[in-house]
Amino acid sequence: MKRAAETISDERTARLVIETGRAFCSGVWTMRGIAQLEQQLEETVWPDSEDLLFDCSALSALDTTGAWLLHRTVRTLEQGGRHVTITHLRPEFSTLMQLIASCAMASKSPPQVPPNFLTRVGLQAWQSLQGMHGMLAFIGETAIILLRSLMQPRRIRWRPILHNLQSAGFEALPIVGLLSFLMGLVIAYQGADQLQRFGANIFIADLVGLSMLRELSPLMTAIIVAGRSGSAYAAQIGTMKVTEEIDALRTTGVGPTELLVLPKLLALVIALPLLTVYADVTGILGGMIMANSKLDVGFDVFLNRLGDAVSLSSFLTGIGKAPVFAAIIALVGCYQGFRVTGSADSVGRQTTVSVVQSIFLVILADALFSIVFNWLKI
Amino acid sequence: MSAAPEATDGAVIDVRNLHTRFGQNIVHNNISLTVHPGEIFALVGGSGCGKSTLLRTILLLQQPASGSIRVFGREVLGLNDEQALPLRRRFGVMFERGALFSALTVAENVSMVLREHTALSADLIAEVAALKIALTGLPPDAGNKYPSELSGGMRKRAALARAIALDPELLFLDEPTAGLDPLSAAGIDELVRSLRDALGLTIMLVTHDLDLLWRVADRVAVLGEGHILGMGTMTELAKMDHPIIREYFYGPRGRAASEQAWKKK
Repeated sequence: MKRAAETISDERTARLVIETGRAFCSGVWTMRGIAQLEQQLEETVWPDSEDLLFDCSALSALDTTGAWLLHRTVRTLEQGGRHVTITHLRPEFSTLMQLIASCAMASKSPPQVPPNFLTRVGLQAWQSLQGMHGMLAFIGETAIILLRSLMQPRRIRWRPILHNLQSAGFEALPIVGLLSFLMGLVIAYQGADQLQRFGANIFIADLVGLSMLRELSPLMTAIIVAGRSGSAYAAQIGTMKVTEEIDALRTTGVGPTELLVLPKLLALVIALPLLTVYADVTGILGGMIMANSKLDVGFDVFLNRLGDAVSLSSFLTGIGKAPVFAAIIALVGCYQGFRVTGSADSVGRQTTVSVVQSIFLVILADALFSIVFNWLKI
Repeated sequence: MSAAPEATDGAVIDVRNLHTRFGQNIVHNNISLTVHPGEIFALVGGSGCGKSTLLRTILLLQQPASGSIRVFGREVLGLNDEQALPLRRRFGVMFERGALFSALTVAENVSMVLREHTALSADLIAEVAALKIALTGLPPDAGNKYPSELSGGMRKRAALARAIALDPELLFLDEPTAGLDPLSAAGIDELVRSLRDALGLTIMLVTHDLDLLWRVADRVAVLGEGHILGMGTMTELAKMDHPIIREYFYGPRGRAASEQAWKKK
């Protein structure tokens, strides 16, 4: 081991001493020993003489970094009009110097110019426009393939649908149930004080029932599922894109939309309304328990009142929103997955975008529903 | 412990009586080998014979069932990450699929290693990174590209540039020519040899590429059935009688590669 043996010598740093017309290089010209020398070289005043001799007889080790520094120094001096000779270089070191010299010329890479403000704004705007256009195209494509599958039900892939029903629906039951139970508990707890003040204890059923069934259950369930499953869709499809599995699917004649998007979409459209009903139940249960302990409204009284307070249409408007939310979550998740390009970084970015975007769109859709229902007086 | 089969003073890598198994599956059954300084040592063998596993074990990425591995004379088995650091700084590793950091450009991939482990100025680091990229035969503008924008061959070269960033004394190459066109593969041959000659590197490589073996490998070990079936120069191996080795070297492709090698000589 050439270098390994020699680094044991006492001199652990690289040195350069200049005497009349001669520069003595000594010590260890390697990556670890060279940091000081680099600073020293910047301040070095070179002698005026036209000929300069680099004596490398005491050079005990040289690696590419050291060789590059030597090469760079010599080249700068030569460009300044001096004539430089290197002597007493060991044969293996001169091989290295030749290798460096042979490729050093090409190594200057052009600096990258960062785009100015206007360009950045333009690029951003263009990218969002493209994103929207892509999303619309994706929805259209999925819709066409969905119609085609519905006309030939044999082409629907039931196995992945069932699998997705389990992972996005059944496995989400505990977390959806728990959060919605707590939500019912909290609403009842907050409402209890106000209602007690007016002696309107029984209206706790109206409060919990209407708010949970109409608004909170569908919205909360959708947000939880967006975080749980929408992100998983984006990450799965994105990773498949990175590993070229999507391309492989295309070349085998199986459309990725048909195999990956439709089962997820259909499964979620089935699962989310069911999850919402489940969330309704646990939410009401939470409200009931709180009403019983804080307002002395018994379970039977609560349930009686609930039947009067919450009309069937209120329940159905809540459930009716769920399939729309499901479609938004599945489509955004899958679309962002397909937008992944190349790197692990991109998978992370698109997954984040998918969750943010689907939650945003779900809330937006919920607001639109409220306006429409208000018009229709439901 | 059995008696030392040969004097191994000053060996760069010294593997003794290595046993590795995954569950019931025995990968290495009593493997011993030594790699000498300045040598280009190749591991060959059929797919799944444990070449990459051996490499990963030497790199401390995997623990064997028993045995001893000394690198630069130091026992590496049982070292934790902190203890392994000084050793790892003397390694350079090029993974089979490049394993470049996809969030960084090629130049950043190389200079990141330099920034972490040296006290050099930012300018010099940028220059050295550019030099390493040029050394591997990449065009200068490749430095500003992200790994996903590079072709397979360029990614290999970029991975090699990162592997030699710290001027390692020991370089591990996992399938350096797999997936390359013959021209690029020949370029890698040249590169490996010139790196060894100019930098005095010791190189351990895992490969299926018979051309590469004939052209650059000083010594070759053939792994199979959990053992080392044969070890020596290519000419020595070509004379051995073991059926697997014969099949390996005298299959249709092996013969073509050896004929070509003879013509060159």
